[in-house]
Amino acid sequence: MTLTVDIRLARPGFSLDVAFAAPPGVTALFGRSGAGKTTVVQAVAGLVRPDAGTITLGDRALLSPAGAVPPHRRRIGYVFQDARLFPHLNVRRNLGYGRWFARGRALAEPGPVIEMLGIGALLDRPVGGLSGGERQRVALGRALLSGPELLLMDEPLAALDQARKDEILPYLERLRDELRLPILYVTHSAAEVARLATTVVVLEAGRVAVAGPVAEVLSDPGAGAALGLRELGAVIEARLAGQEPDGLSRLSISGGTLLLPRIEAAPGARLRVRIHAEDVMIARAVPGAISALNVLPAVVESLRLGEGPGALVRLRIGQDRILVRLTRRSALALELAPGLACHAVLKSVAVAKGDIGSG
Amino acid sequence: MTDWLTPEEWQAVILSLQVSALAVAASLPLGILVAWALARRRFWGHGLLNGLVHLPLVLPPVVTGYLLLLSFGRRGPVGAFLHDWFGIVFAFRWTGAALAAAVMAFPLMVRAIRLAFEAVDRGVEEAAGTLGAGPAWVFLTVTLPLILPGVVAGAILAFAKAMGEFGATITFVSNIPGQTQTLPSAIYALLQVPGGEDRAGRLVMISVGVAMVALALSEWVGRRVARRISGR
Repeated sequence: MTLTVDIRLARPGFSLDVAFAAPPGVTALFGRSGAGKTTVVQAVAGLVRPDAGTITLGDRALLSPAGAVPPHRRRIGYVFQDARLFPHLNVRRNLGYGRWFARGRALAEPGPVIEMLGIGALLDRPVGGLSGGERQRVALGRALLSGPELLLMDEPLAALDQARKDEILPYLERLRDELRLPILYVTHSAAEVARLATTVVVLEAGRVAVAGPVAEVLSDPGAGAALGLRELGAVIEARLAGQEPDGLSRLSISGGTLLLPRIEAAPGARLRVRIHAEDVMIARAVPGAISALNVLPAVVESLRLGEGPGALVRLRIGQDRILVRLTRRSALALELAPGLACHAVLKSVAVAKGDIGSG
Repeated sequence: MTDWLTPEEWQAVILSLQVSALAVAASLPLGILVAWALARRRFWGHGLLNGLVHLPLVLPPVVTGYLLLLSFGRRGPVGAFLHDWFGIVFAFRWTGAALAAAVMAFPLMVRAIRLAFEAVDRGVEEAAGTLGAGPAWVFLTVTLPLILPGVVAGAILAFAKAMGEFGATITFVSNIPGQTQTLPSAIYALLQVPGGEDRAGRLVMISVGVAMVALALSEWVGRRVARRISGR
């Protein structure tokens, strides 16, 4: 099921004019505060009425010139940044609230959802005593159990500290991989985009700046302005090939093998690997004595010299593309040009579970 | 029933409880509706409705009673209509005392409930909507439980106010023992006759007792309900 959004809205001091399609999988709405991410999500949920436009989910028109479907008939689960649990109901009743209104529709069994989110022990607790991470998991379960055809998540991790984020991210990954449910995920964290998203829509001041599959957008030199240069990088798919006796894990990617600190996963597990543009160096020849473990043969695909002292180079390693940020001076000194064979030296690599772009 | 209250005095106490209970029970649904409209809706005449609700709080009670007599009296426009069409009579009946008490207590009730409405997190209501609850269900399953402490506090406050209502009652329905003589009216009547202070004193103590119990009850219920809905 695909969500298509094409809406316009004007408010004093703010205007929104966005059009994008969210295919199955996780579509990240990425942008700074005030870019209009939440407004888009609220319009999809029906909590904000755009001035004009259309919103379609599968073959259902949620907003059209003929009118708008009221929020309670949209069958869209919404996980709010602040959870918004019902304070007068305990966890079990919060989880069951939506089911009551969804009679006659096929619903997810509560058991597996509760187990997947790890909230089985909380069922009889009042919601007032839950931690931030627990609240978000209950809110997620509540939305899932209402039988939605689309899940909206508005910065579900923003109010949490890093430890709580790390607690919830694995659940979101499982959600993405185990449920065939399209998810629209609002975030201003490029790390979350790289870890979770299949598609990314970058919003800037109420307009779509860049949109596309996550691997393409994050490694698109032209997206640097919208994403922030520090966030540029590649997201590529890897498989766990084996464990080394000295505590390292061997990952196979299309262009070779990566050695990384031990990753706990089954052999053959699909992993997504994020390589920041800042964490890659380029060498014309195979570097001899060097501390970096991961040196891969690569071909320069494109070169982009900025206005300032920086440059962005896109390399192809096997089937994958990675982005390298270096100085203009280095780029000229190495005489980099499209088609040139070289070596990429990876200083640091982040790994998360799951695949990319498979929906 | 007791030997320390005469039958007439006992009657006044019972009548007062009866009048106050009816006044609160009958005006509570309207009180919730008006509080909701004032808290949640912006409409033409918002200020007018607000002023009208609060009028009995600032008018001399005798004026309120007189206005009730003019409109709900048997020759008043509303009173004549109700009598001719439904056979309902307010003037000089205990139901009239309840009407007077309800009107006088209404501002207190509405204020308490309106504050409760304003304190409800609209975001939680939106969440209920996204989970499939239509507006009426949202109100019944989310809003109403969350404003319950305010409703209870408003009802108890209104009950206490109704127990003490005197000016509008005596003006509208007079002071007929067994019919419209409520506790305050009885105290007033006793104080008018020589040597009535002792008997008045007992009724005063009952008044004080009822008021204290009402306040304690409202505290207790309020705290209990607040704890329940805060989710702890």
